Amino acid sequence: MSTARRLAALAATALVPLAVLGVFFVLPVSGMVGRGFWPHGHLDVGGVLDVLTRPEIRRAVWFTVWTSTVATLLAGALGLPAAYVLHRVAIPGRTWLRAILVVPFVLPTVVVGVAFELLIGQSGPLAFLGLDGSPVAIVAGLVFFNASVVIRVVGGAWESLDPRPAEAAAALGASPRQVLRDVTLPALRPAIVSASTVVFLFCATAFGIVLTLGGLRYSSVETQIYLLTTNLLDLQGAAALSILQLLVVTLLLLAAAAARRTPDAGVARSRARLRRPARSDGPALLATFVLLLLVVGPIASLVVASLRIDGAWSTANYRALQTPGAHQALLVPVTDAVVNSLRIAVDATWMSLLLGLTVAALVTRRSRSRSERHLRAVLDGLFMLPLGVSAVTLGFGFLVTLGRPPLDLRDSPLLIPVAQALVALPLVVRVLVPVLAGIDDRLRQAAATLGASPVRALAVVDLPVIWKPILAAAGFAFACSLGEFGATSFLVRDDRPTLPVVIFRLIGHPGDLNFGMALAGSVVLGATTAAVMLIVEQLRVPSVGTL
Amino acid sequence: MAGTPALSVRDLSVSYDGTPAVVGAGLELDEGQVLAVLGPSGCGKSTLLRAIAGLEPATGRVRWHDQDVSTTPTHRRGFALMFQDGQLFPHLTVARNVGYPLRIRRTPRTAAAARIAELLELVGLSGFEGRLPSTLSGGERQRVALARALAASPRLLLLDEPLSALDAGLRQRLADDLRRILVEAGTTAVMVTHDHEEAFAVADRLAVMRDGRIVQSGPIADVWRSPADPATALFLGYARVVEGAAAAGLLAAAGIPDSVSVALRRSALSVADDGPLKGEVVDVRTTPGQLRLVVRTDHGELDAVASLDRRPAPGDDVRLRVDATRMARLPGRSASHQPALD
Amino acid sequence: MSTTRPHLRASARTAAAILLAIALAGCSLVGSDDKPAGTKDVVLVTHDSFVLPKQLIAGFDRQSGYHLVVHASGDGGTLTNKLVLTQGDPTGDVAFGVDNTFASRALDADVFAKSDVPLPAGAQQYVVPGDDGRLAPIDNGNVCVNIDTGWFADHHLAPPRSLDDLVKPAYRGLLALPGATTSSTGLAFLLGTIGRYGDGWSAWWRKLVANDATITDGWTQAYETDFTQGGGHGKEPIVVSYDSSPAFTVPKGSHTSTTKALLDTCFRQVEYAGVLTGAANPEGAKAFVEYLLTPAVQKALPDAMYVFPVRQGTPLPTAWARFAVQPQHPYTVSPAQISAHRDAWLREWSGIVSG
Repeated sequence: MSTARRLAALAATALVPLAVLGVFFVLPVSGMVGRGFWPHGHLDVGGVLDVLTRPEIRRAVWFTVWTSTVATLLAGALGLPAAYVLHRVAIPGRTWLRAILVVPFVLPTVVVGVAFELLIGQSGPLAFLGLDGSPVAIVAGLVFFNASVVIRVVGGAWESLDPRPAEAAAALGASPRQVLRDVTLPALRPAIVSASTVVFLFCATAFGIVLTLGGLRYSSVETQIYLLTTNLLDLQGAAALSILQLLVVTLLLLAAAAARRTPDAGVARSRARLRRPARSDGPALLATFVLLLLVVGPIASLVVASLRIDGAWSTANYRALQTPGAHQALLVPVTDAVVNSLRIAVDATWMSLLLGLTVAALVTRRSRSRSERHLRAVLDGLFMLPLGVSAVTLGFGFLVTLGRPPLDLRDSPLLIPVAQALVALPLVVRVLVPVLAGIDDRLRQAAATLGASPVRALAVVDLPVIWKPILAAAGFAFACSLGEFGATSFLVRDDRPTLPVVIFRLIGHPGDLNFGMALAGSVVLGATTAAVMLIVEQLRVPSVGTL
Repeated sequence: MAGTPALSVRDLSVSYDGTPAVVGAGLELDEGQVLAVLGPSGCGKSTLLRAIAGLEPATGRVRWHDQDVSTTPTHRRGFALMFQDGQLFPHLTVARNVGYPLRIRRTPRTAAAARIAELLELVGLSGFEGRLPSTLSGGERQRVALARALAASPRLLLLDEPLSALDAGLRQRLADDLRRILVEAGTTAVMVTHDHEEAFAVADRLAVMRDGRIVQSGPIADVWRSPADPATALFLGYARVVEGAAAAGLLAAAGIPDSVSVALRRSALSVADDGPLKGEVVDVRTTPGQLRLVVRTDHGELDAVASLDRRPAPGDDVRLRVDATRMARLPGRSASHQPALD
Repeated sequence: MSTTRPHLRASARTAAAILLAIALAGCSLVGSDDKPAGTKDVVLVTHDSFVLPKQLIAGFDRQSGYHLVVHASGDGGTLTNKLVLTQGDPTGDVAFGVDNTFASRALDADVFAKSDVPLPAGAQQYVVPGDDGRLAPIDNGNVCVNIDTGWFADHHLAPPRSLDDLVKPAYRGLLALPGATTSSTGLAFLLGTIGRYGDGWSAWWRKLVANDATITDGWTQAYETDFTQGGGHGKEPIVVSYDSSPAFTVPKGSHTSTTKALLDTCFRQVEYAGVLTGAANPEGAKAFVEYLLTPAVQKALPDAMYVFPVRQGTPLPTAWARFAVQPQHPYTVSPAQISAHRDAWLREWSGIVSG
């Protein structure tokens, strides 16, 4: 095949995911940003740029940068040792700990906010620390939320790291610390860079946590976008910040791509055995313990609060989940919302898997020319963009751009799963890409020379390797969809709400029972998520991959 | 060659981002014959093989008898390719790896089982059916890969450095086995290798490749006897190329017509008391079969051998006999006078 | 038979995967649509505090012959901006929940179409000045400072009575309130202080912030987490909430509420409904607005959304009749003034509380 024909074939395969990304991401976001740039029918770039000189915007940008940076560093400082402990050391209950530590990542931020408030708020057991409403609380919340990303990504890479270079270094007289510095960390660099990039992006676009834990004394880029869009209807300002976000995301993804351009440590020929805990593991165990406290504390306070009514233990909050809440807070019982959430999650899962597999296959196939390689790299980056864009912008964008034929999709029941699938897509792609990239293309060629058609070659070569990662990706997509709130809240119908939306509404309605039900619903959501994660753990998929 | 050749490759070129890897390659091969493509690493010979298999985008023609297969996708060409490292499917047993092409062709189960047993016996691995690739040694894996490639009953078998991943002793034995298996199965095959010993052990015909071009091809003995140029000669295992007056002197001593340059095997000169050449021993090394000498003669420093019962020492004067069957006249001059290491 | 075992395992896996896929497909939304055949939808766009008892929603479907679909998200501000952004191509037919703090923006942007819904007695006084039959007032409520009466009794402290009191050192650190930029309750309270102090509002707010008021992002956190009588049993005995809130803090078996609204600190919020410009089903939309004004719905509003009905003579729930007292003279700011200055006020307010 000629280069031109290969590029054409590549483009044709990319068509479906690109179309989905175009309709459900590029179009809505550019629709909103466009309204900022063309406020009165004519282009006004200067007006947009002026926004960035406003003092409150500059404060928000600075606040976002420093909290995200500190939170990323802390998530790394706690997450790296925990990744080591949970993936390389034989400690009892490893699997359970890993599942628990992932729960925060998929909890809706509104629940995370409530959980933290229960702990450090004025009546919480940690109120004496005076953290409520401080930047410390925000950073703690961000770390709570994101440390699991570091554990997943780096832990997976660590687990499948070839132990022999480290053994060789040790045999040459390197101390464990030197081995860590000279051999292990450099080998883990791609994973660490990927994890840090994603954590930074998640922190920089965190919304609910900053709002709930920071009160109104602190505002970030994301809360500013929310304020400018939903309250002040200052689309120019929102557009300026959205562009800034996109710019930063792109730069970060580029930097990350450059920083991990080392041979992938992904596929090990010999696998390290778990080692028994030793005295030298002390600091790592301590860090893991601290992280565990940070994660378990808020979750435990949530569980306890959900089980207490008027100072006594009771399961009434859970039993009430079969009702629509006190004072008709909801149109349907919470259990209906659970079922609805599960159904939506099923759709979001298969959609993100289908898209994710196509994208992963596209970006991992061996390129035959430089232009083809560039094209694949661009595709890879393009599908990561949804990570860094405000849910408010996307949600409003849906309403603004998808209401007219031929794209009259606003009222389609499938819009919610599609939006959620898009949110889960970067994660799915990152699970699948390292696995697919690890398959020697010559195996497929061997199958082809033996007479296997491309489809048969896929069945014999790719499928046996990738079916477990596919299931794992499905688990992540499912959990992501279960917890998605931002975009969903813009699209949901009241008679078919999702669990996070219901939790949010219950919290917003007065009455002890409603509040209690919200807590109980959060516990159900967290438990479901943890269960999905435990199943994924049982599959023993080496890693979430390099994000 | 009589009639139309089974495989004919014409003007085949492959390039990556404008950098040529194979330039205008042409090959012909009769049914049932084995062709070795010999060349140093990086010369483009693997790319040529992969292009014949349809795995590389190429310009030019590949024909099988009267059928042009240049645009046929790999899996419909009926050419099997055996990779340097086997590329066994790691999750399938030996039997299922070997049986994979049979399954694709919907061979009935009993017939397939019989064929698998037959192929495994052919490669000397009877009883290995239930083993997984990860439990096999390198040599065993290559044998399985060969059996799998043969199971496809390919019109043409392409072998990409099939033995180079193995250690020396094993390589020798497996090369002989490979020749036997290919002949027994009557397979038409193209093998790529950088090892001339391997090429001689397995092939009927030889094509020498350098810098993306095929510089010489023909029956193995012909190519061997008359290398196209000094570099080819050195690559074919000749120890040294001598040019000009020295070449003339050596050729005269051997009683062969004059030429610009001549390639010498190490054993072309041997110590014999009645030899026509005189020289002084510069260096002596002992090998299990013979002594290897470097002798300074009127024609410059030359390699020579002596039987183990002689004891020449550096500084001794010796006489040398010239064996015309271990020399090759070359049409051109070499760019370099450096001998090959072997 | 060692050669067949991996084969069997692979088949079992494939079978399991197919079964799983089928099971999941059964749960999928694809192809599922439970809309009754032959009925036309009326799509209501509203904020996420919208609540109506199920039987009333069913009642609308029965009476009108339409099928009501509810799209609720965000607060009143988000709702209004959503309507403005989708002007002419609305996401529904009828909107409920634009209040008097946002009404001018919606009317200016031509979001609502003229529908001339007949108003019941008592509703006329809430109509947006200058509106020509586009927005129908549905309910009203007052944002007022609430106090935990028991707490003040226990601490032998005289409870505050006015806005002036809140900035006094005696009440330092005792107030929790939702922010004006992120909560419509907070915005209403800010407007109340502007109605009370005029241009002096910013000075009052500086003092309030200096007096250690806790400013949260939403009503929920202020009331449910920080307020001593909220679900989370917080630490602050003063909170910004509604005049109806005391009706919800009557312990079981008790005849008194544990909280009280300070009627001299209130700002009135009126919520409107209207037919959207470009609605696909304007008749259905109008029918729904009319339905919201029927005695049955008006009677249900207090329990459903903690607001007072606009229809004169609507009976209130017993707890309301006793504990939810409406202020006689709430502070007011005209919609036109709000429309003109809201953004500037909010920016200045943001600067004060985050400074």
